[in-house]
Amino acid sequence: MLESRATVGPYWERPLPDDEHLARQVEHGREELLMLDARPPAELNQLTLARMRQTGPRFWMAVAGLGVLTLAFFTAWAIQIVSGLGITGLNRSVMWGPYIANLIYFIGIGHAGTFISAALRLMRMDFRRPIARAAETITLFGLACAALFPIIHVGRIWKLFYMMPIPNQRELWPNFRSALFWDMMAITTYLIGSTLFMFVALIPDFAMARDHTTGWRRKVYGALSLGWRGTDAEWHRLEVVSNILSFVIIPVMFSVHTGVSWNLSMAIQPGWHSAIFGPFFVVGALYSGVAAVILVMIVIRKTMRYGYFMREEHFNAMGIFLLILTLSWIYFYFAEWITNWYGNLPMEKAIQAMLTGPLAPLFYLMLFCNIVVPLGTLWSRRVRTSLPAMFVIGILVQVGMYVERVLIVAGSLSRNELSFNWVNYTPHWPEVTVTVGTLAFLGLLYMVFTRFVPIIPVWEVYEGQAMQETRRVGRAVVSTRTEVH
Amino acid sequence: MAEEHNNGHKWTMIVDVDKCTGCQACVVACHAENNVPVSSEDEVIRGRAMHWIRIERYWEGEYPDVKARFLPVFCQQCGNAPCEPVCPVYASYHSTQENINIQVYNRCVGTRYCGNNCPYRVRIFNYWAPRFDAPLEQQLNPDVTVRSPGVMEKCTFCIQRIRRGREQAKIEGRPLEDGEIVPACAQACPTDALIFGDKWDENSRVAQMVPSERQFKLLENLGTEPAVYYLKGGEAHVGE
Repeated sequence: MLESRATVGPYWERPLPDDEHLARQVEHGREELLMLDARPPAELNQLTLARMRQTGPRFWMAVAGLGVLTLAFFTAWAIQIVSGLGITGLNRSVMWGPYIANLIYFIGIGHAGTFISAALRLMRMDFRRPIARAAETITLFGLACAALFPIIHVGRIWKLFYMMPIPNQRELWPNFRSALFWDMMAITTYLIGSTLFMFVALIPDFAMARDHTTGWRRKVYGALSLGWRGTDAEWHRLEVVSNILSFVIIPVMFSVHTGVSWNLSMAIQPGWHSAIFGPFFVVGALYSGVAAVILVMIVIRKTMRYGYFMREEHFNAMGIFLLILTLSWIYFYFAEWITNWYGNLPMEKAIQAMLTGPLAPLFYLMLFCNIVVPLGTLWSRRVRTSLPAMFVIGILVQVGMYVERVLIVAGSLSRNELSFNWVNYTPHWPEVTVTVGTLAFLGLLYMVFTRFVPIIPVWEVYEGQAMQETRRVGRAVVSTRTEVH
Repeated sequence: MAEEHNNGHKWTMIVDVDKCTGCQACVVACHAENNVPVSSEDEVIRGRAMHWIRIERYWEGEYPDVKARFLPVFCQQCGNAPCEPVCPVYASYHSTQENINIQVYNRCVGTRYCGNNCPYRVRIFNYWAPRFDAPLEQQLNPDVTVRSPGVMEKCTFCIQRIRRGREQAKIEGRPLEDGEIVPACAQACPTDALIFGDKWDENSRVAQMVPSERQFKLLENLGTEPAVYYLKGGEAHVGE
């Protein structure tokens, strides 16, 4: 009874094999794998849309809480603009502090979204299908929050347009030699590119939402779906555009975090001036980014009850991905550290002495969060498929990677060539408020977004399900995939 | 940016460390000349002391056998300045006439990248709006801008004096004389530890003194080509 014969009914109505042993295997596969557990597209559409309409009291309480923190953030920012950067803890040696660390951090968590989406798409990894949109949304809002930080950071926000290449009668241009300028260009390109990439994949889902809503929603979704009808030609074009954008966005993604790291490594500040910073920061960004995607997946699965879409297999796959990134990050960190340590140069020794001295609690916390916990636990499938455990690991990686960035930015700056100018840095209330507030702002944007936009790319899910089949090999049932590209 | 000879002047300062007594007269003179706000005690404790020139004091040895070393540090007006390429808006640029490093206050956005990239940490950020306690506000120098909050500032070799001296010489139709232009710090130095002049003028005092055996440049290993030369003898020191 080979199943390779063309089945007559729709793909979601595949009969179980008559043989009991084989039927049990198929049933087991359907429980485990989303791609085998095919359901009618209409049912999946309804499931996605129904959850989008649900806003219980818990939802509004969370919105209120995050809203208050967001308000605190904008208030603190306004106060800082009016009174000057004097209210921060920055000083004459540590001129860059948490604001720049936040820039790196938020770009970092925005990194994984597009990577998961684009790279896994090109590698034909099916586990990306239900989580691609959730990840891309982090990219979108992570980048938007990150883009705030150069603005928060500068001394004269009202002169920020000097940094942009705007034609003017005095023919004054920005300095193309400045790493800050490269970084600004990279972030802008990435923001535009990843928004396009996300939007293209959203078109069929907007059309789906348009067809299932009425009133103003129908109008908005109708406009956003750009008149999508679902013809073969349209699907084909969508496929082509998605593939092109995937190839384009991956190098841009690398350029962004390389650009951010070059802000530091192009300077001759000891502790920053290192050629490894480009790849090191890219890996670090993916590391915190994938952990952030795992956190978001858990929250979405719990609050929106998307257990059908986000299964153990997805958390397992993401856990393995995170473990690979843990190992890569450790490798880079070790390479960076041992080069400095072995070189034994006085400045680098001074920075290491500070990390293991006054900053030791933070430094060891970072090592614990980034190395000990993920490396010690993620090898176990039971941990990878346990939501509470993954949640804790995700949070710890966020903490660790954030602390790492603060140590690199503010920690290195507090030690410089002339020891007379060694000044330690302590954050004051504006930095704390702005950092916490931005995290809340990101959460708020995300929450509201999930109620307007299908956070599950439904068409990608049923596209995958339609291409998935089971096939009997001897006494075993294996899952196979039809390649239609 | 390569500096071309025969194009303007190469303004140079010589700091004779052996002569410096650490009296801070240069610091006070600089504050008065360049409208540098006086930081409060709290600000200094927070590591935000604002000086365009500062006397770095280093201790040598253990108490009671301790020696004080004084090192006046101000913008080294590097020939190959790390602060210049990193500024995204060209607020920090190299003048081709004075061959010093210029900070354009009204172009500055306040990214503070230049400050991070300055190994001498002589670039100062205006964290607050400038405030001058009475009666200091009565003696602001009209030749120098009072900088707004949010911009970087630093030693300019008293460029207002350089410009004035050059224009005066031009009016009188004569070349600039050595010693005609003196920055406030050099003028105030009671021990003549700070000597200022044009290194490209072969007869100037600095041009004669630079080849000294005692000469060194601060953090010379970084290749920033400072226009400030330090002179330091063997065991001569003060504060014994």
